[in-house]
Formats: sequence, C-alpha cells, structure tokens
Amino acid sequence: MASPIKRAKGLSDRAIAWLFVGPSIFLLLAVNIFPLIWTINLSFTNFKANRNRDVEYIGLRNYERILTDSDTWLTMQATAHFLFWTIFFQVLIGFALAYLINKKFKGNDLWTTIIVLPMMLSPAVVGNFWTFLYQPQIGLFNYMITFFTGGDPSSFSMIGEVALAPWAIVIVDTWMWTPFVMLICLAGLRSIPDSIYEAAECDRASKWRQFWTITIPMVLPFLMLAVLFRGIENFKMFDLVVQLTGGGPGSTTEVTSINLKREAFEKWRTGYASAYAVILFVTVFGLASIYVKALNKVKDR
Amino acid sequence: MRTRLLQSAAITGIAAALSAGAAQADELTLCWAAWDPANALVELSKDFEAQSGHKMSFEFVPWPNFADRMLNELNSGGKLCDLLIGDSQWIGGGAENGHYVKLNDFFDKEGISMDDFAPATVYAYSTWPKGTPNYYALPAMGDANGWFYRKDWFERDDIKAAFKEETGRDLAEPKTQLELLEIAQFFQGREIDGETRYGAAIFTERGSEGITMGVTGALYPWGFKYENTPGSYDMEGAVNSPEAVEALEFYKTFYETATPPGYSDSYMEQGLDAFKSGQVAMAMNWFAFFPGLYADPNTGGENIDFFVNPPQNQAGSTLGGQGISVVAYSDKQDAALEYIKWFAQPAIQATWWELGGYSAHNSVLQDPGFIDSAPFAGDFLEAMNDVQDFWQEPAYAELLLSMQKRVHDFVVADQGTAKEALDKLIEDWTEVFEDEGKL
Repeated sequence: MASPIKRAKGLSDRAIAWLFVGPSIFLLLAVNIFPLIWTINLSFTNFKANRNRDVEYIGLRNYERILTDSDTWLTMQATAHFLFWTIFFQVLIGFALAYLINKKFKGNDLWTTIIVLPMMLSPAVVGNFWTFLYQPQIGLFNYMITFFTGGDPSSFSMIGEVALAPWAIVIVDTWMWTPFVMLICLAGLRSIPDSIYEAAECDRASKWRQFWTITIPMVLPFLMLAVLFRGIENFKMFDLVVQLTGGGPGSTTEVTSINLKREAFEKWRTGYASAYAVILFVTVFGLASIYVKALNKVKDR
Repeated sequence: MRTRLLQSAAITGIAAALSAGAAQADELTLCWAAWDPANALVELSKDFEAQSGHKMSFEFVPWPNFADRMLNELNSGGKLCDLLIGDSQWIGGGAENGHYVKLNDFFDKEGISMDDFAPATVYAYSTWPKGTPNYYALPAMGDANGWFYRKDWFERDDIKAAFKEETGRDLAEPKTQLELLEIAQFFQGREIDGETRYGAAIFTERGSEGITMGVTGALYPWGFKYENTPGSYDMEGAVNSPEAVEALEFYKTFYETATPPGYSDSYMEQGLDAFKSGQVAMAMNWFAFFPGLYADPNTGGENIDFFVNPPQNQAGSTLGGQGISVVAYSDKQDAALEYIKWFAQPAIQATWWELGGYSAHNSVLQDPGFIDSAPFAGDFLEAMNDVQDFWQEPAYAELLLSMQKRVHDFVVADQGTAKEALDKLIEDWTEVFEDEGKL
C-alpha cells in the first residue's frame, strides 16, 4: 500500500497537472482538432465518401469553385438577410418585453412563463406546424392578416412567394427565440442596483436620461452576449428552415447550412463540402473574434 | 433422481433441436418506402414466412426521407436491410459501389428468366450498365406517373355546358398536354357545390425529387432528351432544345394558372390530400396510389377515373417503380435470395397485383383478364410502354439536386427564363460528369 503513495508523492507538480489535464487534451484532440485538420486535408481533394475510387489532390480547385460560384453568394445573402433581421427584431422585441416584465406588476411571473413557452419547443416541430399556420387557404396567419387588411386570405402565400418566404422564416425564428433574448435582458435589468436610479433621481435626471445613461449601458454587455448566441445559432440554422420551406421557393431561403448539408450528405461531394466548411469556419471564427473583443471592451467600461 | 436426469436430458435435447432450427430460420429485414404498396407487401410476405420458416420484418421510410436514409445506410455499409426495394435511379450506384449483389448466377441457377418480365421494367429496374444483361435487381413494382380526375364533375351537365361554351370542345379526358392545361384552367377558381375548386395538383416539391418528377411529365411528351447520343454525355442541344424550353414554360404556366394557392412545395401526400379533400378536379400521381384512390369512400369508386400522362409531340410518362435487390452487406444473403426466388413465382406475382402491388411479370400483365381487373390496369399497361427515367448514373443524386434547384428556381421562384434554367442545368451536369471522369 505504501509504495504507490510514495510514487505519487515522487511526481512533480507539473507531472500531476499533466496527469489530470491529459485525458481532456486527448479528447479535445481526438474529437475536435483532428477532425478539423482532416477536414482541411480533405478540402484539397476530390474525395467522395460514397465512392470507392482513388482520391486525388486537386489543390485549390474546390475553393476556386466555391468562391467564384454565384450561387454561393446567393446563399450567403439569404443567410445574411436571415441573420440581420432575426437579431434586429429579437433584440428590439426581447428588450421591450424584458423592460415591461421588469416593471414587476401583478402576475408578471405567469407572463414570463407564457412568453418563454415557444423557446421550449423543438425547432423541427415549430417549423412543421408553422407550415400549417402559413397555409394560404386554411392557415391562421393569412386569416389574421386579411382580417385587418381585408382581401382574400388565399391571395398570398408566405412560403410560396419569393418576396415573402425570407420574411416567413424571420417571423418564425423571431417568434421562437425572442423569449431567449428577453430572459437575458431581464437578468441584465435585474442586476442594476436601485441605488443608482435613486442617485439619478437626486440629481434630477429625467426618466429618459436615466434610460439612456444607466439602463442601456448596464444592460449592453448582456444584450451583446444574447446577440452573440443568436448570431452563432442562426448562422447554423438548419432544422427550422428545412421543415418550413425546404430552402424554397427555388433557393430563396437556402441558407448556407442547408446548402452545405446538400453538398456533403446528399451529393456526397465530401472534398468540396470540406472546403465549404473551412470557408464558413474561417468566416464565423473571424467575425466572432472581432465581436468578442468588442464585447470585452464594453464589459471593461 | 433418475427421472430428473432424464427430464433434463430431454429438455436439453429439445432446446438443442430448437436452436438448430433457429439457425436455419433467419429474420430478414426488407427496406422500402412507407406507402400503400408496402402494406400490400407485408400481407403478401406472410405466405413466404409460412413456406420458408424465415421471419420477415420491415423498415419503411416516408418518401421525402427515403433516398437520404437508405443511401446513407448503403454508403456506410450498414446491415439494417437484407433486401432493399431501392428506387430505380439508385441502380448505377448500387452496382458500381458494390452495394447490391449481382444476381445473374442466381437467376441462371434458379431458372428465373428476365424475359418473363416486361422489357421496360427490366431495363429500368434491373440492368447496369443500362440495357446490358447484368442484373442487380428483380423488377418488383412497376410504376409511372399518371393522372386521375373527378369523374362526377366531368359528367355533370352544367359543368359540361360551361366547358363547351368557354372552349368550344366537349369536356373529356385530355388527349394532349395542352388540352390538359385547358381543362385545369377551366376548373381553376370555379365554384362547385358552393366551394371554390382548383385545376390540378402537380408536383412542385423542392427538397427531394418532387418537381423533377413532375416536370419530366411535360418534358418527355415534348421530346426532351438527356443526351444527343445515348452514352455520350453530349447534352448541349438536347437538354436545352426548343422543345424542352417549351415544355418547361408549359409547366410554369400550369403551376401559375391551374394549381391551388400555396402548392409551392407539394409532392405525393399533398397531391393526394388536395384531391381527396375535393380541392382539385385533377391530379398527377404515381399509379401505386391508384388502388387506394379508387377505394376511397368519398372521391373514389364512381367519382374517379384515370388517364395516362397525355402526349404532345410524342407519348411519354415519367417512370417510377423499383426493383428488389439483395444488399451486399447482409449476413443473410441466402435467405434473402430465397425471398426473391419466392417472389418471382407467377402465382405470387398474381397475388401481388390483387393486393395492390404492380407486378411487372408477363404472366400477370399479358393475362387476358388483366385490363378489366382494375379501372386503371389498361392505363398502366399503356403508360409502361412509353416510360422514360431520369439519369441512373452513380452520381444520380447530384444530377437530381441540380435539376431540383434549376427547375424550382424557374417554375416556382420565377427567376430567369426557361432557356437560362436549362443552360445552367447543362453547366451543373457537365461539372458532375467532369468530376466523374466521364467528360
């Protein structure tokens, strides 16, 4: 019994540290770093995972094809449209809801629970049942719109029309994820000590002034965090849009992850899809790094 | 004590005998799409279970996910399916990537002759390279895209009179694609029994294969060809011929002027729903659904009739249907082959047709009573004479996805012209064949 303890005692601090960290590092390498390097390797080949044929290195051909393909830019535009407007509406509505809920009226907890419900559903389910809500002839959505504007409910189709489909997915994502932004904003609002507002009252600062110089700056780090989370999530958006529009009409709502999935697992162009994934990775990593730097600056203030 | 010993010895003996029996009786899994004919096959297979002692289990996947799911299974060398009724376009990949067992030796040994099956089905479902006597499947389910309509409406005097007044023709089953459109446009937005009805439900689905299967129903009758010379991959002037452009424009006009609102992403299920709920006067769909449609208590029976995809410059129908293959990764290939041997028997094929499956066996199709055996049987025979299929290349999935995109972009999303869509399609396909080393 004594000898192992002695041996353990004999290990240096550094060795013990490695002993504990080692397994995690190994796992990280195995499931994260190795696939990344392998993907980069594959991106220079014409490999197809469903074919048993010789793999050739074709240099930067895959990258050239992707970056010069006008369809790539269309899917990027669809993603950018989706990303910008979902974040815009979710921040606006989420913050407004949080501000109202924070007024601590009677039954505000009940309202919080009700508002948060959509977030708890599965995106595939949400996508699926919104196709029924959007159905031009029997759908509730068209009925509600025409109830206010007049006209024939079946005169427009949210999912089927090029001009409306990008907004159809923005509306559903906003419906589903605004509560998430609201919760984070609420946490931010509740973290502001009342004493600051009281001090502002003593200085005769108007409510408007208090909002812009106290509330907004103090909630901003939280808000930026929410934007980061939603941004990363929506850049990867797949399930909800696939269920809702399948990328259609045409390719109007084919966001990058749908496009990537089709290249990788329906067309089985593994090499091409790897190059695509590397390009997306660099894009997201670059944008996120810049954003996190900005976030840290705001926090330091 | 002695009796106890004897008893236990007897039990061991019985157990040994049972396990020996179990080693011979396999549990086979058959994979197919989840639709009406699959249920008929479950019924039919009970006879196989009784005869062979093998147990059958089934894995049926809904159509929109069928290709995705099954091709992943094959690509990963999965053992889920022993038998696979795979779609006709998979045959190239199934053969070249070694997913399917080559059946020539087995057919020779068991005396199964491909001459006993309808030539179009053997060509489409069994052979790779196309038309050569290399068989990777037994024709299991003949199918084509056809049409059905509300016979009760077509026979109503007020509707007939209104049609005559508007078009100067008598209302009847269309003889050309343009007549089809005219009839559909006539019904579009028309009030019948107090409800607004629409022309026809056609395929417009974006995600899997829907709109391609629909639009080829127009392309083939106009004379569309995939290549100038078969096997040359020479597509310029064939894929984007003036006839092809006209057909594509026709399909877009059809979509815009004669389909119910919101049918921008609809395939088999949505089309059947539209018809059964009384929304549309006509609908396209696979013959496989026709027995179920005919049996429908509301819109079936006396109220429904069927017709072959109408010709335009020539006759042509989009091929559906599947052959049954033995998966190369299965551990129970012998039992799976036994199933195919059983399935190929004329008597079983006859029952298959009775239960609602479309047999491709000559003994069934050439039976004098066949045409009268169902209201759509004659149409089925006629359709199968002029069927055409999509590419069956190993890279078919890439070719299909390109076509889905280009056609949906033009027809539903209204982008560019028909000529541009087909030109882009040639570009996409050329790239695929270059990657394949065929160009």
